[in-house]
Amino acid sequence: MPNYTLHINGKERSVTADADTPLLWVLRDELDMGGTKFGCGIAQCGACTVHIDGVATRSCQMQVSILDDVKITTIEGLSEDGKHPVQEAWKEIDVPQCGYCQAGQIMTASAFLAENKNPSSEEIREAMHGNICRCASYNRIEKAVKVAAEKMS
Amino acid sequence: MKTQIKTNLSRRNFLKTSVLASGGMLIGFNFLQACKPEAKMPVDIASLNFNDFNAFIKISDEGYVTIYSPNPEIGQGVKTSMPMIIAEELDVEWNKVNVAQGALDTKNFTRQVAGGSQSIRQGWDALRQTGATAKQMLINAAAVKWNVDASNCTASKGTITNANGETLSYGDLVKEAAVLEVPENVTLKETTEYTIIGKDAVNVDIDKIITGKPLFGLDYKAENMLIASVLRPPSFGQKLESFDDSKAKEVSGVVNVIKFGDKVAVLANSTWASMKGKKAITAKWSDNKPESTENHNKILTDILDGKKFNTRREDGDVNKAFSEADKVIERTYHSPFLPHNCLEPMNFYANVTADKVHLVGPIQTPQWTVNRVAQLLERKVEEIHCEMTRMGGGFGRRLYGDFALEAAEISSLASTPIKVVFSREDDMTAGTYRPAIKYRIKAALKDGKVTGYHLKEAAINGNMYGLIPNFFPAGCIPNYKVDTGNYKSNITTGAWRAPYTNFLAFAEQSFFNELASELGKDHTDLVLELLQNVKGTTDKRIEYSGQRMEDTIKLVKEKANWGKIEEGVYQGFAAYYSHNTHVAEVAEVVLKDGYPVVQKVTAAVDCGIVVNPTGAVNQVQGGVIDGIGHAMYGDFSFKDGKPEFQNFDKYRLIRMQETPQVDVHFVQNDKSPTGLGEPGLPPAGGAVANAIHNALGQRLYSQPFVNQLKKSNVLG
Repeated sequence: MPNYTLHINGKERSVTADADTPLLWVLRDELDMGGTKFGCGIAQCGACTVHIDGVATRSCQMQVSILDDVKITTIEGLSEDGKHPVQEAWKEIDVPQCGYCQAGQIMTASAFLAENKNPSSEEIREAMHGNICRCASYNRIEKAVKVAAEKMS
Repeated sequence: MKTQIKTNLSRRNFLKTSVLASGGMLIGFNFLQACKPEAKMPVDIASLNFNDFNAFIKISDEGYVTIYSPNPEIGQGVKTSMPMIIAEELDVEWNKVNVAQGALDTKNFTRQVAGGSQSIRQGWDALRQTGATAKQMLINAAAVKWNVDASNCTASKGTITNANGETLSYGDLVKEAAVLEVPENVTLKETTEYTIIGKDAVNVDIDKIITGKPLFGLDYKAENMLIASVLRPPSFGQKLESFDDSKAKEVSGVVNVIKFGDKVAVLANSTWASMKGKKAITAKWSDNKPESTENHNKILTDILDGKKFNTRREDGDVNKAFSEADKVIERTYHSPFLPHNCLEPMNFYANVTADKVHLVGPIQTPQWTVNRVAQLLERKVEEIHCEMTRMGGGFGRRLYGDFALEAAEISSLASTPIKVVFSREDDMTAGTYRPAIKYRIKAALKDGKVTGYHLKEAAINGNMYGLIPNFFPAGCIPNYKVDTGNYKSNITTGAWRAPYTNFLAFAEQSFFNELASELGKDHTDLVLELLQNVKGTTDKRIEYSGQRMEDTIKLVKEKANWGKIEEGVYQGFAAYYSHNTHVAEVAEVVLKDGYPVVQKVTAAVDCGIVVNPTGAVNQVQGGVIDGIGHAMYGDFSFKDGKPEFQNFDKYRLIRMQETPQVDVHFVQNDKSPTGLGEPGLPPAGGAVANAIHNALGQRLYSQPFVNQLKKSNVLG
């Protein structure tokens, strides 16, 4: 199996994996970073969202072999102490029910807010539409993104 | 209420204490039942024995409290709310309380199940008694130290104070308290004295969730663990005739391929390799009787048209009511199968060795699963140790331990620790679905009243049972009958969030909306009028309360401004009692380019005392949106015995932009709390259907609504 060097959360990580292995499984199985979740495997649910060069991306569709030149951020690296404004807002609003989708929701929200500092409700709902929350904590996700935007402004 | 608990034999032994070797006091207790006299308390935390007790409280020398919470957490919030109840009566500050998930062994064990929204309701008394008893022991220890009467000492926020104003903290007393007799009479707080119950407590796992720490079954890892992907019969009831695994074994990382029953497991040292390996297997399956949604529809209609029913409840004479009626109205409602689609796909870890069986994973029914694994492997229950992880959703799917049994069997055959991991396709196609159901409801109207009501259910494998035929409108209509019929299918079906009522409530509440129109009455007025008839009923089968339902309906009308909203907004109402909780909802629909859009739902809920308001609101909001999502979009069909939907590209779940704002209000009272994981869901579909009818003049008889609206050209 080939060897790859990935830039994850500010560190260089070396992994051995088949070329077609999705980043999701490299993170979870090879690098012991379980925060990025498996939900559907076909980029439909958003549970596996990470940032690739700052853009919210479905890690289940990114093959390890094409990622050598990019910077990857996962939920584990979003902040050093769990105090990114989006994480703080999630806590303040007490968003999660089962909690499984929330890392993906937070990664989508944080990438969105980096681009749009003062979003409208409609823009938030559009930005978060790709992430499924099976417990339907959508009202609180929407509210938490708003609160996070205020924290970041 | 000030409640002096009477001593009885079972209570005397419900709790035991020990001094921990490392310092501090350990309290072991069991829900709902006493522990056995021979039950032994451990003296160190590492040897917590869940054989003897299903929950423990540790109070450290510093006064910090750790509660080993016994009930599985599936997102319904009990890992937070149940410890809150203990902490309240123990009288410690919530920020000094830690909560850890207890493990499970099955001997001498009570309800450790997440299902039916029953955790809080059934744990309420036991949890309060436990906290209060522990507090009394600390008070008694202080009284001995001061040589004063215990009745002159009070406890608050982890500190005991005597009449002279002297204080001792809990931590100072744990050693002495642990060796005292367990008091036989304790006083519970009045609701007005609560400082923790009724105040918002953030999810106890929040920091781990928002930083991506391992919590869920899928995150669990063990040394030398292999991942198993399982190839299952594509059509329910099919048998495996032969298979070729030569290509699978060529996939790098695949270690082993094992046939068990009619399934094949591919074991690999990574998830990706096991999934690839599974796809590389070619298998031949037996021909079987092809089942399809098309023939199910015909079968269910034939049942409704036929005469083979179980009568579940019968009052008066419905046929007489129909023959004497001014008008008879009959409608038929249809729902498809529904998969659960927990976002964390089914998975379970098993390590079967000669001396023990270790199971770890997300499971709603640990006890039942352990018993079944014991039977399957012909092992003693005592040799099986089951640890529960946090669950990425349950909705009923994790009641069925099929995935844990698979894991145990594979580990046993392979003699290696393995974790079974379902792909989304596995999860959606090897489900235990909410059964497809048809209801036919017939009502007699005479002199402006509903005089007869006959509901017939036809369901795949069966659905309604137990007390459900005694829900509203049982007791409200003099001539009343509920009949059920079923068709036995190979497709596995089971409980799905708010089982039995998730679709029934929609059918019934849509039907009452039609009856109200027919009678020229407001829907809420008709229901309130009917509820008067059930007040003071002596019928023990009737659990719902006419008064509590009335109060709930009045609250939702007030909060939603029922009937007084702006032009262009269309309201719909539904009320439903399930899982011991009364809920009323008003949905508001607007038309955007002619499409009905649900923009807001107001919910009023009577669940008694609200233990954790932030968690309670979250549950109701989620239940309402989940109910709307599945009523609007949930579609699941079979062709040639196979599910026609396998993943979220075709199967539609509600997403953010389709989500209404849900405004939740609670009826204020001092009644014992009931659960909230399910009751918000059943009324949602009916409220939306009634609002859509107001907006478009179109009645909805079939779920998912989008399909019916498409057929009637409302949606393109």
